[in-house]
Amino acid sequence: MNLAFGFPMGKGGNAPDLPGSLRAEPRLSRWLRFSPDGHVTVTPGKVEIGQGILTALAQIAADELDVAPHRVRVQPASTPGSPNEGVTSGSLSIQESGVAIRHACAEARAIHLGVAAQRAGVAPAAIRIEDGVFTRADGMVIGSYWEQAETVPLDVEARGDVPPKPATARWIAGQPVSRLDLPDKVFGAPRYVHDMRLPGMLHARMLRPPARVASLIELRDGPLPGDASLFRDGNLLAVVASEEWAAEAGAARVAARARWDVQESLPEESDLAAWIQAAPAQRSEVERRDDPAPDAALAVSALFQRPFIAHGSIGPSCAVARWQDGAVEVWTHSQGIYNLRADLVTVLGLEPERITVRHVEGAGCYGHNGADDVALDAVLIARANPGRPVRVLWSRAEELAWSPHSPAALMDIEATLDADGMLSRWRAVLRGNGHSSRPGRAKDPTLLSSAYINPPFTYPVAIDAPMAGGGGGQRNAVPGYRVPSLDVSMHRLLEMPIRSSALRGLGALLNVWATESVMDELAELSGQDPVAFRLRHLEDDPRAAAVLREVASMCGWPRISSEEGVGTGIAVARYKGTGGWCAVAAEVEAAEVVRCRRLWIAADVGEPINPDGVINQIEGGAIQAASIALKEAVHFDRLNITTDSWEAYPVLRFSEVPAVEVRLIGPRDAPPLGAGESSLGPTIAALASGIHAALSIRPRAMPFTPDNLAAAME
Amino acid sequence: MQVAFTLNGMPAQLEAAEGMTLLHALRGPLGLSGPRFGCGQEACGCCYVTVDGEPRPSCALPVEAVAGRQVGTVEGLGTPEAPHPLQTAFLAEQAGQCGYCLSGILVSAAALLERNPDPDEAAVRAALEPHLCRCGAHNRMIRAVLRAAREMREGVPA
Repeated sequence: MNLAFGFPMGKGGNAPDLPGSLRAEPRLSRWLRFSPDGHVTVTPGKVEIGQGILTALAQIAADELDVAPHRVRVQPASTPGSPNEGVTSGSLSIQESGVAIRHACAEARAIHLGVAAQRAGVAPAAIRIEDGVFTRADGMVIGSYWEQAETVPLDVEARGDVPPKPATARWIAGQPVSRLDLPDKVFGAPRYVHDMRLPGMLHARMLRPPARVASLIELRDGPLPGDASLFRDGNLLAVVASEEWAAEAGAARVAARARWDVQESLPEESDLAAWIQAAPAQRSEVERRDDPAPDAALAVSALFQRPFIAHGSIGPSCAVARWQDGAVEVWTHSQGIYNLRADLVTVLGLEPERITVRHVEGAGCYGHNGADDVALDAVLIARANPGRPVRVLWSRAEELAWSPHSPAALMDIEATLDADGMLSRWRAVLRGNGHSSRPGRAKDPTLLSSAYINPPFTYPVAIDAPMAGGGGGQRNAVPGYRVPSLDVSMHRLLEMPIRSSALRGLGALLNVWATESVMDELAELSGQDPVAFRLRHLEDDPRAAAVLREVASMCGWPRISSEEGVGTGIAVARYKGTGGWCAVAAEVEAAEVVRCRRLWIAADVGEPINPDGVINQIEGGAIQAASIALKEAVHFDRLNITTDSWEAYPVLRFSEVPAVEVRLIGPRDAPPLGAGESSLGPTIAALASGIHAALSIRPRAMPFTPDNLAAAME
Repeated sequence: MQVAFTLNGMPAQLEAAEGMTLLHALRGPLGLSGPRFGCGQEACGCCYVTVDGEPRPSCALPVEAVAGRQVGTVEGLGTPEAPHPLQTAFLAEQAGQCGYCLSGILVSAAALLERNPDPDEAAVRAALEPHLCRCGAHNRMIRAVLRAAREMREGVPA
């Protein structure tokens, strides 16, 4: 095929300038392929984790190619079948994968049109595409993607010079579209990795020791149910059986027969702040500005504390693995299949080519949970049972207590106002564990069971991405308000008694709350309305001001309640300082416990690909944040985490969920920004502000329980 | 031990071992995937089924306890070709995110509408109280149940 239509083969030199994930994988054929039967298969490296990304990516492809959405098939990611897009995290999938697919489809479309135009002897611009069929101006059909599927190769690098459609020409990107994955889920059809049933499949249950640091010293013999058998590698135990009930019952029996030598390794929970203050740490500057600052007229200084928080996915982590002929295939709900593979390479000592990782959907994922860990469990047990697929399902206790946790932290802020009531100086010092223990990024693996096998590995201490990569603990530690003198620093702890990693929002949960609380306090002390006070400092960020004005109008600010113990708070932030803007107002009712009655949310995420999906994500994030703010804390003793059941780790229930109103504002033709995490920080902050309006107490520790609020009054 | 019961209107029979729960039986030998494992402690609602019309968790119920009784799961509510009005309404409201909790929630919602065709919002919340949703799609689900109820009462296809 002659491709001399202005589309020479790529020279491999375009990648640095290409948009989104095309930088990582410029070859078009790695992103999409047409098939003669009338479908186009899109192969993103990002994965569905309950956020609806498959649907949004299908919309983008359908729009750019001008094909009906039902013709777009989004293939679940796999190694090596998908581009390596790193991790599905940070609300970046539209910016990275969506933008790549949009540009890849624009180039593929242009290549196809070029071929059709040459064949028909017309200019490409004279060809219309309707549902994948190419039509000349006189109405004559001259071809289609499907006819040309096998003759027009897309095995070329993107050039980066084919602009996608203008926003005004889009017909399905930007429209509310029903999720592709939801029908299976309302009919109970098999769709999750939990539902996989392969011929000859074995079921396994893991047995965790009674302490984080433990060695098995005795395991009494005894019968196991059915055909169940014991798996052991060092201090890692599991029970394997051909039927699930037998694996579960067998695991309970083996647990009762094991005797462990245990060591205390966790800090004293009752004085968590002291441990955070005393632990060795690495200091780094987050941002500093030394413009001349007017003299301080008043000052606020406050210390904010957050606990360890659990992911609490509603379905425990699960994986299936099959070991055959020295190679292994694993089905997983990991967020980063290539990164998982890298850690499996380290643990198993296998060549990467001998490990195939396939993504299959799991239950809701809000960050680095047990998905990668259970994949290693399945692989280790499969290695001991070659030829038989092995399915490992974690228990609820493992999911809540043994998954990585979002780390506890302290945020210390001092801020001053000048005589005109404007911010003059802002100093913030953050201290806590890093927010990433994701696999595939260090010499040693981060996977749970790697520390219990023989010989054991040692987990690397959690790190934080630099601010340019969105940051970790320091995410949103720099206020979005204008202030001449700024000094924000962080101290990342160098010991990690509790495995810490990313949970939706990362540092923004603490930092937005702390920042907005100090802003509220400064406004109050200087006699300014908190909304007007913020707007005075947002002149450089009109989109932040716009969401704040919008939410103020939605809730009827200032919303003074005549009911005792009822108040409304308000907060705003731009996620990561580079993502979507979100403002939240929260009506709080404080009686025996604090309840959130209503949330009003205004958000600007640029171009919303699937507006209904964006609203669903923003509301879901806000409800999860309300749960975190009002109820959630991981508890532990010196041996282990003790919040290992829903009874011990309660989350918001149907009777407690607030009414939520979400409005999307802002320019629909601006570049798309992430949506899924932007509402969490402002929701926590608005709740704290609402508590102050209701009770005149400024919360200083999460969660905002009666005990923690009572402590704040002292 | 042989256990026989009615599953979604059809006879079902299996060899039950000691320690086998109804959930194990449904997902194992009986081949269903709708009822889901969430906690094994009757605390999250993912595994809800109906037993003689009453919604209840199946994860800790010995399978022999349902011998001779009527068991219903989400698969028995409807199919893509003939959906239950609740399934249609959940799709219309896009009431879900990860969807893992939906099987149990649909079972409880269907049982609610059987006994109360005109529930108010508080009644819906109360019926769904045993169910956890971690994605925060609660309000959409409440709207979907109210929508299905309205459409069932009015005889309008949802």
